[in-house]
This record gives sequence, structure tokens and C-alpha cells, in this order.
Amino acid sequence: MLRETLLRKLDHLIEFHGKARESVLPVLQDLQATYGYLGEETINEVARTFGISQTEVFSVASFYHFLNTKEKGKYVIRICRTISCELRDKANILRALESELGIRMGETTHDKKYSLDYANCMGMCDRGPSMMVNDDLYADLTPSKAVDIVLSYR
Amino acid sequence: MAELRITINGASYKALDGMTILDVCRREGIHIPTLCNHPDLQTRGICRICVVDVKGSKTLQAACSTPVEAGMVISTTTDRVRKSRKTIVELLLANHYTDCTVCPKNLNCELQSLANEFGLTDLRWKERRERTIPQDDSSPVFIRDNNKCVLCQRCVRACDEMQGVYAVANLFKGDSMIVGSAFNKPIGEVVCINCGQCVAHCPTGALSEKYCIEDIWKAIDDPKKVVVVQTAPAIRAALGEEFGYPAGTRVTGKMASALRTMGFDYVFDTQFAADLTIMEEGYELLGRLRSALTGGEAPALPMTTSCSPGWIKFQEHFFPELLPNVSTCKSPQQMFGAVVKSFWAGKMGIDPENIVCVSVMPCTAKKFESIRPEMARNGRPDVDYVLTTRELAVMIKQAGIDLHDMKNSTFDNPLGESTGAATIFAASGGVMEAALRTAYEVVTGREVPFKNLDISPVRGMDGVREASIKINGAQKDWSFLEGVELKVLVAHGTANAKKVMNAVREGTMAAHFIEIMTCPGGCLGGGGQPLPGTPEIRLARAKAIYEEDADSPLRKSHENPSVKKLYEDFLGAPNSHLAHELLHTHYTARGQY
Ligand code: SF4
Ligand code: SF4
Ligand code: SF4
Ligand code: FES
Repeated sequence: MLRETLLRKLDHLIEFHGKARESVLPVLQDLQATYGYLGEETINEVARTFGISQTEVFSVASFYHFLNTKEKGKYVIRICRTISCELRDKANILRALESELGIRMGETTHDKKYSLDYANCMGMCDRGPSMMVNDDLYADLTPSKAVDIVLSYR
Repeated sequence: MAELRITINGASYKALDGMTILDVCRREGIHIPTLCNHPDLQTRGICRICVVDVKGSKTLQAACSTPVEAGMVISTTTDRVRKSRKTIVELLLANHYTDCTVCPKNLNCELQSLANEFGLTDLRWKERRERTIPQDDSSPVFIRDNNKCVLCQRCVRACDEMQGVYAVANLFKGDSMIVGSAFNKPIGEVVCINCGQCVAHCPTGALSEKYCIEDIWKAIDDPKKVVVVQTAPAIRAALGEEFGYPAGTRVTGKMASALRTMGFDYVFDTQFAADLTIMEEGYELLGRLRSALTGGEAPALPMTTSCSPGWIKFQEHFFPELLPNVSTCKSPQQMFGAVVKSFWAGKMGIDPENIVCVSVMPCTAKKFESIRPEMARNGRPDVDYVLTTRELAVMIKQAGIDLHDMKNSTFDNPLGESTGAATIFAASGGVMEAALRTAYEVVTGREVPFKNLDISPVRGMDGVREASIKINGAQKDWSFLEGVELKVLVAHGTANAKKVMNAVREGTMAAHFIEIMTCPGGCLGGGGQPLPGTPEIRLARAKAIYEEDADSPLRKSHENPSVKKLYEDFLGAPNSHLAHELLHTHYTARGQY
């Protein structure tokens, strides 16, 4: 990522959102939309622009599930972590995907293809366990079904 | 503020609009347990240990963050209150790596006290938490053990609100939440000024200073080593607290005896070096004023003090372009070390290689200061080890000494001689007062025009204080100062310093000389002082410090006979070439991002 492009983008966002501390979140949201994640360089420049500490910005970025502080894979697999999916054996789905992809929850495969993440309720409680791959929703999963679905994304 | 009445446990009490339930209960001596609350910090209402029953509200209310309302009926002792408080402690312990017997906070831990208060004899959640997160020992001065963190955010608030640094925050969310720094990097890799206010405000053993106790015992036991100890002014007004004395008890004489009993070969006083600092810094200020007022080379003004190492690192990170404004004087701790290993070593015929210079400081940042490369000569550090007040208390106890049993004794000479001006270095405003007592007299030949030499406008606990002295009757050498109104400013807490330095940066600062102390109330509220530290305790310590000054036979640094002799026999004059070589330093611009 070119620093100049980032700075230009930031200038633009500040013009739009303002420079008060509460504008940090919308600025981060917009940067995430542009770059897909908020890396160290991005967070540092946001902190510098607002004149606040990197730790404060990182704290905000790491709090929200819809903000990523790490580069994500092409396909982000989100597993529902709510209680109803939990009761319907979500743990086994996760275990199957972790061993198939060779990564742990929260990580991304080396080829940057798949990331594993949690999501909060997807409104499919009656048909859990459920998951999303990018914007596609899947329910009534079994471990082998989940693996097949994920591998169909290439 | 409107007065109103509320009922607590069946009795009626007066309260003021704007008070919280906790405020009223504290005033009335009604006990409410607290954990995330601290009088130095803004209220967040995170831990809920302080819950009380408020008639008419369905849920229990947090006393620390619920404002009183007229006619409120509160109960602090119901079954529901007791049970939910107890459950909170149990839940905290379920997620806590508990190893009290080998914990630095053993017997001084607010979580442990809560467990004791609720008489816990068993854990409802049996599985014991292990040390699943590695300790972070990357800071030069403290250790973070997140396995003992209760997420109360006291460290976070201290670092942000009091110090304006914001080196730590809550990271991530839900059950992955931890306290840490940007990108979850170790604290040693982010901007941190080592002030230890996070350590001093942590209720548990999650934060503790790095001990160097064993190194010192080893040095004491080594017959080849001459072990010299210096104690900062703030220690004598606080060490007693570790032995059950009320805050504000002066234990200067007992401390000197304890140090001797422990086996230190020479028991000296940092205050000697504080007097020396005033000579060097006072003349430095007058020198800068001379060039400013006589049209010489434009010096950096206002000049700021340099004795508080947290502040120095703060300035290096946040205002690197204003480093020329910082006095080049080393801090008293470092001046002391430099004098011990040069002048004193020569006088005593001891090879400086065999001298171990230990200092006892109210401060964690002093540990970092002592290992700065610029604080060494020929690769030999001026000061070898720095103990906090708390560590000294541990050592005294390890040696089987009870401070109560010690007789009063005095420091060794010559490096134990000092004046009241040096004592008040411990309090915010003290360095300024000491400097003015000397500088004014040097210039006019008369004492500062304040009753009993007490320069009260610079004393107190307000975050930023200003004062001025008009110079009348300047002596011949100083005629350029005739009629000048010398403006001074005092600030403590680096969050306050930030505001002051912003004004300097913008060119709107009128002061000539600024004293900055990193910690609340100055060194007496340092990050290495006995716990707890509250505004009342700091006031008590300050009172003790000013009393010790008032009781001193000599109260002006330039009257310290041993300092005078040091100039006569060794240094020549203040700011001489040798003084510069030994007692002055330079700084490192570090930046922030
Ligand atoms: S932090 Fe407190 S409760 Fe935890 S191990 Fe240390 S002393 Fe015990
Ligand atoms: S030592 Fe001071 S600057 Fe560093 S984290 Fe603690 S409070 Fe913040
Ligand atoms: S480290 Fe200490 S002060 Fe900071 S949140 Fe944890 S328990 Fe609280
Ligand atoms: S002390 Fe009141 S919520 Fe923590």
C-alpha cells in the first residue's frame, strides 16, 4: 500500500467525518471498506492524523467484529458462536474445518485463501449449526457437509 | 449544589446533588467494597462489586456510578447484595491465576482482600486457571501478568487520564479481552514512559515492578564491594506506611539505621545531590536569562526541569523539538552516582570499579534512567541498582528488621548532608521553590520575599500552578534582571505537562521556568511508593515533607556546607567544565509513531 495514497484517502475521510475523537470509528470503517483490513501502517497513520495513540486506535479496531486488524483470506468463513448453534454441535464443525484447512480459529491460510472467524447470530437458530462464506449463508451443517462447502470455493 | 436527603440502611443522610451513593457511604463510614473504582481516576462502573439495593429499581445499582436522588432508599446489606457481590468475587477468581504466596502483591492485593472479606473457603468453579498467557517482561521496569488481570482498566485510565500516554488499552472483545498495547505488541516496543502509575493503580499482581533485590544482597555479601546507598527525599515520608505507621510519618532516622543494619557500607542521601542540582540548574537558568536579556545567542526558554525521568521520556516522545528547553542537568540520583564514583572515590582512595551505587527511589522510571547509556562514564553506570520504596520495605523485612525497633541515626558525611530545600524535591513545586530560594538570593543578595521562606503559591495539589517574583535590587553582576518579573509554572502528571508544553509549542507560554513532575503530587506520589496511593495519603506525605523542611537548620541549597566544599575542592564553580562533564547530559529525540 502506498503511503501517499493512504494519506490522501485519510485527508479525504477527515474532511468528511471531522477530526473529533468519535470520528475514529467511521474513518476506520471506511478504510476497512477500501483495504479489506486495518494493518499496522493504516492504524499508525490514523493515530497520527487524529493525534492520539496507536493503542487507542488498535483498541477500537480490535473490539468490533466487522473490523479486521489482520489481512483476511479471499474467503472468510464465519461460524455462528451463539448458544443455539453451540448446542447443535458447532464445536465439531469448527474442529473439522480447522483440521481440513490447517489453521486455528481467527487465522488465515498461508495461500491467503481462507480465514476462519466467528460471527454472532445469523438468525438461523432453528436450523443450526450455521456458517457464512463471505456473503453466502449455510445452515443444517454436519462436519463433512461444511468441509465440502468450503472446498467448493476455490 | 442542591442539598437532598437519602436513606441508607434505615438512617437518613444529607447529600449533595451530583454525589454518588459511594461518595455518601464513604463520608458516613458505610463500607462498600470497590475494585475498579479509584479516587484518582474517572468512574467507569465496570466490576459491579459495589452493588447496592435501591428501592424501586429492579436491578442492583453500582454505588460508585449511581448519582443520589432526593428520597432514595438504599440498602447495602440485603441478601441479594451480599450474594451478588460474592458471586462477582467467585467469578473473578474462576478466571484468575491464583498463586498468592509467591505473588508480588501478597497481602497487599485488593482481589485477595475481597476474597477474604467474603470469607471464601472454596471455589464454586473448581477448575483452576493456569498461567495461559505468557508474562510480558519487555518493559525495563515492570512486568505484566495478564493471568492476574481483572480487566478493571485502572492501569488504562491512569496511563490515559493522568499521564496522557495511552500505552495500554483493552484489546479484543468478549472472553478474548486483554489489556495490552497497539497490535498486541509487548509494552517494551511501544511508547511508554516507565512512570509506573499503571503499576501503582493496579489492584492485583497483574502489574509489578522488576525487582533487583537479589543483586543487591549479592553486592552486600561481596567483601570486595563497597556498597553505597542513597535515598530520595520522598522515601522518608512514605516508607513507614509499609510498616504500619500512618501516612505522613517521617522515618528518616529509623531508615538510616535500618540501611546500616542491613549491611550497606555508606548510608548517604540523594538530598545532597538535590542541593547540588539546584546550584547547577539555578545557574543554568540564570545563564539562559542572561543571554536572552542581554541580546546574546537566543537560548531555549522557558527552561524546564529535568529531574523526573518519566517526564524526560515523555518529552523525548511527544515534544522532541522542545528538548533544548529541558535543563541539561542530570537528575539528583544521577548526579549523586557521578559524584560518588569520581570525587568521593578519589577522596576515599577506592577504585570506582569496586563501588556499587544503590539508590532507593519512589519511582520506577528511575530504574530506566540508571541504565541509559548517557548516564555512564567509561562504560561504568553512575548508579548500579535502583530500588523502589516497596522493594526497600521487602529487603528490610527479609533482613528480619522491624522499622519500629530502629533507633534514629543520621546519614554519613559528606554525601549525607543536605538542606530543607532538598527535602521538598519530593513534593510537586518543591524543585521550583528550592531553585527560587537560591536564584533570588544569588541575584539580589537577599532572601526570597516570602514569610519563613515558604513560597506558598507554588505549593499545593492543583495540576498546574503559576507564580511570579519581581526582582528588585539586583546586584551588579545581575543588573540585566533588575525589575524583571520572573514567571514560573509548576505542573504534575504528564497529562498536565502535555497541556503546558502545547502552549510552549504554540508560543503562548509566558513562564521563564517550568517544573514538571511525572507523578501526582510529585515524587511523593511516585509509581514505586507504598500502596495504596490516594489524594489524602499524598497530602499527608506532603505535609511531612514540608515539616521536615521547616525543621531543618539549613533551608537553602547554596548554604549546604558539603556542596560548597565540593565546589571548592573539586568542581570549581557551578556549570564549570568539570561540572558539565559529570553532572550534565543530553537527550534523545524518540518520536511517537
Ligand atoms: S493478584 Fe492477588 S489474588 Fe492474585 S495471586 Fe496475587 S495476591 Fe493472590
Ligand atoms: S509505565 Fe506509565 S506510560 Fe507506561 S504503561 Fe504504565 S502508566 Fe503508561
Ligand atoms: S492490569 Fe491491573 S489495573 Fe490493569 S486492568 Fe488488569 S487488573 Fe486492572
Ligand atoms: S467499584 Fe463500582 S463498578 Fe467497580
